[in-house]
Parts: sequence; structure tokens; C-alpha cells
Amino acid sequence: MSGLEDLYREIILDHYRNPRNQGELETPPAVMAEGFNPLCGDEVTVHIHVEDGVIVDMKFGGHGCSISLASASMMTTVTTGKSLSEAKDIIYSFKQMMSIHEGRLEEGSEETDSPMAGLGDLQALQGVVKFPVRIKCATLGWNTLEQCFEELASQ
Amino acid sequence: MSFNVSVLKKDFPLLSREENGEPLIYLDSAATSQKPQKVLDVIDSYYREINANVHRGAYRLAEQATTAMEEAREKVSSFIKSDRSEEIIFTKNATESMNLVARSWGESNLNEGDVVLVSSLEHHANIVPWHQLAESRGIEVRWIPLTESGLFDLTDLDRLLDGVKLVAVSGASNVLGTVPPVRMLADAAHNVGALCLVDASQYVPHRPTDLAELGCDFLAFTGHKMCGPTGIGVLWGRSELLESMPAFLGGGEMILDVTKEGFTTNTIPWKFEAGTPPIAEIVGLGAAVDYLESVGMENVLDHEKTLTSYALQTLSDRFGNDLIIHGPNDVSVRGGVLSMCYQDVHPHDVSQILDSHGVCVRAGHHCAKPLMKLLDVNATVRASLYLYNDESDVDALADALEATGQFFSP
Ligand SMILES: Cc1ncc(COP(=O)(O)O)c(C=O)c1O
Repeated sequence: MSGLEDLYREIILDHYRNPRNQGELETPPAVMAEGFNPLCGDEVTVHIHVEDGVIVDMKFGGHGCSISLASASMMTTVTTGKSLSEAKDIIYSFKQMMSIHEGRLEEGSEETDSPMAGLGDLQALQGVVKFPVRIKCATLGWNTLEQCFEELASQ
Repeated sequence: MSFNVSVLKKDFPLLSREENGEPLIYLDSAATSQKPQKVLDVIDSYYREINANVHRGAYRLAEQATTAMEEAREKVSSFIKSDRSEEIIFTKNATESMNLVARSWGESNLNEGDVVLVSSLEHHANIVPWHQLAESRGIEVRWIPLTESGLFDLTDLDRLLDGVKLVAVSGASNVLGTVPPVRMLADAAHNVGALCLVDASQYVPHRPTDLAELGCDFLAFTGHKMCGPTGIGVLWGRSELLESMPAFLGGGEMILDVTKEGFTTNTIPWKFEAGTPPIAEIVGLGAAVDYLESVGMENVLDHEKTLTSYALQTLSDRFGNDLIIHGPNDVSVRGGVLSMCYQDVHPHDVSQILDSHGVCVRAGHHCAKPLMKLLDVNATVRASLYLYNDESDVDALADALEATGQFFSP
């Protein structure tokens, strides 16, 4: 099954079947952003509630494929409770992982100094890199979270 | 030539490609068809033996290249039963053909408030050029609604036709398969003094085409969906219309004379073929026409009808309500395009699992976003059949769908 198990890791399927933190938050106090993948028409919404520079609550919604839903769900679990700057670091590392060339992935994925170190469960998403059309699915929620930060900054 | 798919499959080298040791199952011919060996050979020998620029050299080689290109025009012309090959204009693809009509005929004939009537299932290529005219000239784009089963709802046709200058519809849908009553629409258009354009991208490759039967004024289609190469499309138009229309692109080939003050245009078809044409692609399209004619378009149509019935039946027997197939059930009004939604598995995920079984289908909006909105989906999984597909391909699709269900079930 040509790398399918790399793409659909068990933990990804688990988040897809049982998404965490699905829904909305009241705005204000929360802020909201909408992301859109023009290739497939998928849409995602992200709501975050930030108090004293810490993300105290986050919800996501919309519709998409298993990869985009699971990735958004995992994103909410790892970034909720983090400070804005910690969350930005995680986003940065995640995007680094998504832009790693497939070849480098095979060689050095387990090294502790790789950009994936510290991403925990999110590392399960690294197999997406082998399926370039799906990278946009995996990053949709993350880009939308960044839009929330911009929204916050502009307030 | 009698019709035998297992023999015919061997004409297409790519279909013998294997994926993980299994034969590749190609079910995406609505996006582009595979190419028979003969077409590949003709393109190859064109470059090896007769390549030269056309219409310009007095040497024999250049004459041969010109003859090869103009013979291809004759072939395409007789393939759609046009009796005047100067009515065949070579373009880059169907998209350019429709843009040519919008820019040349539309810009010079349509004014604010004029209406272009399209249907709700059109490809973006038959929507956006009209939206552009709405922006530049203030025309109105009006939509023929669809019935529940994806047929054109023409109950209000008289009202829809009010103020219409052009009816622009698909000959066959690339999403639902629907084959609308083009003749009736062309007649209705003419009755109110309008013209009729048919986007025949999914029509000409799959059934005998007879312009007199269709009754339209413009016909657009694309070479790569009919066993020909990419980069070559066709616009057929009535000669009196083409003659009255201004040139689309300017440059070499399309002129009779150029001075510092201005230019005069060449006669049709060359008036609309500015610059060096895609000669090898044109010659390749001629070979594709030869190939399809040797198989027989009646045979292609019969085969696809039988196979589409088999597919509709097999899929509904095996999946029942788990699988929604959009579009009409009746194969007399639909082609072999099956747009599906499987349980609540996202089309991307379905096509990913199908791919792991060597089955190539398309997932997405198929360049028909207004239709997607109407169907209330973001995307569908689309399997499309052609002359080289058979029941084993449909069975492989069904098996792979079943595996998809198992993969995503909790
Ligand atoms: C119905 C229809 N119209 C137009 C097109 C555009 O064809 P092309 O991209 O070759 O211009 C397509 C194919 O994508 C089609 O299916």
C-alpha cells in the first residue's frame, strides 16, 4: 500500500474520527479567522481566546479531509495553554517539518536536533511530506491560527 | 474494425504501466485521455521527417509540413461533419476557443444589458469569459437551472431567453455526465435571434458529432481529451460569422498586409491563427481523428453506454446508500462520467486510497464551482470512462472503494 501507512498514522486517524476542540468560541472575547484551500474548496475556522498572552482556549470548525481535520485537531491540543510566543515557535517548527524535502526525511528524522524535535505527536504528520498535494491540507489550520494572531495584533 | 477492448487497450502504451506490480486502472479520461501508439508515432515522425515552419517556405519540406497541417484540418472537419474546412480554427485548447468567441464576437456584438445564457453545470472555461464580458461590457450572465437528477430544467425557457444574444452550453457535462438537448436549445436560441455555442469538450471525444444535427453556431473542443496531444484545441464556427468577426490575436500568419499605418487580415481560418501554430500537435490531432474513426464513434458510444450502465448498476448494488452518484441515471441522457460521494469520507481521502490500489480518479471541484455549490458539496470523486475501459476497471474501482470504506471505518 505505497506509503499509505506513512500518511494515515493511527494517531491521525484517531484525531480524524474523534476531533478534539471542535466548535466555536464567543467573539469577543475570542478572535476568529477563516482559512480556505482554493484547490479543494475546504474551509476551516479557528477561534482562540487569549488572556495575558496565553492561549486559554481554542476551537476549530469547518470541513475538510482527514489530514486537514486531524492536523487542526492536533494543533489545538498542542497549542492550547501555551503562551503566544511558545505557540509561534511550535507553528514555526511544524512548518519547517512540512517543508522538509522527502529525501532528508528518510535520513535524519529521528535526530534530536532536527526541527521536529519537541513536536511530540505532531511528528506523526511528517509522512504528509511524501504526498505533496496534501501538504496544503495539513497546513490549512495552522495558517488560520496565524491569521488569528494577526487579528489579535491588529486589535 | 470490430470493437474489442482487450485488443484496443494494447494500442495505448501507458495503459500497460504497472503500479506496485498491479496494472494501472485509468479512470480520469474526462481530465485527459491516454494516447494511442499511432498518435505518438505520427508526432515523432513529423519531427523526424517533415518539420519546417508552415505557410512560409517555398521549399518542398515546408510545403510538406503545410500539407500535413492542412490535411489534419480536413480530417477534423469531416470528423464533425463540417463541409468547409476553413471553418476549423486551431487554438490551444477548448478554453482558448471559448475565449476567442467571447473576445472577438462578444466584444463586438454584445452591449450593456445583453444576456448570455449558460447552464448551472458549466465548466469554468464556459463561465469566466462571460463574467469577464460582464465586467468589461456590462452584459448579464443568466443561468439555466437543473432538475434534481441533474438535467436542464427548461420549464421556464421562454422567460430565460428574454434578452438573450448567446446560449452557451455544454454538449456533455464533465461532472454529471448530463447530455442536454442541444438541438432544441439551438433552435430556441435562433427563434429569439440569438446564437448558440456548444462546449463540446466532453462530447466530441465520446460520440459521433454531426454539426447539422446539433444546429449550433460555434463548437469548441480540445484535442487532449480525444486521444490527441495537449496544446491543441478547435473552434468551429459558421463561416459567415467567422468572416464578420474581428481577429483575436495579432501577429504573423493572420495578416494579408501590414504597413506603418495598419494591417488587413487574412481569410479564415488563418485570420484567427496568429503566429506559428502548434504544427506537430495539429498533425497529432489528425492522427487521433484517424484512430477514433478506425474504431468508429458509434462503437465508442455504444461501448461507453453499456459500460456506464454496468458501472451504475455495480456501484449501486455493492454500495447502496453509502455511495451517492450525482447526475442522471438514464444512460440515454448521460455520458460515462461518475461523480461520487462515498459515505462521509472526503474525496481527497477516497482518491488517495484508490491511488494506493492503482486506481486513478479525480477529486475536487472539477472546475465547476457553481455546480458544486448547487450540489451542496465542496468536492466529489470523479471516475470517467473511455473507449479503453472495461468491466474489470469498474470492478477494480468498486473493490478499491470497498477498501476505502474499511480503511476509514472506526
Ligand atoms: C466541459 C469542459 N469544458 C472545457 C474544458 C477545458 O478544456 P481545456 O482545459 O483543454 O481547455 C474541459 C476540460 O477540462 C471540460 O471538461
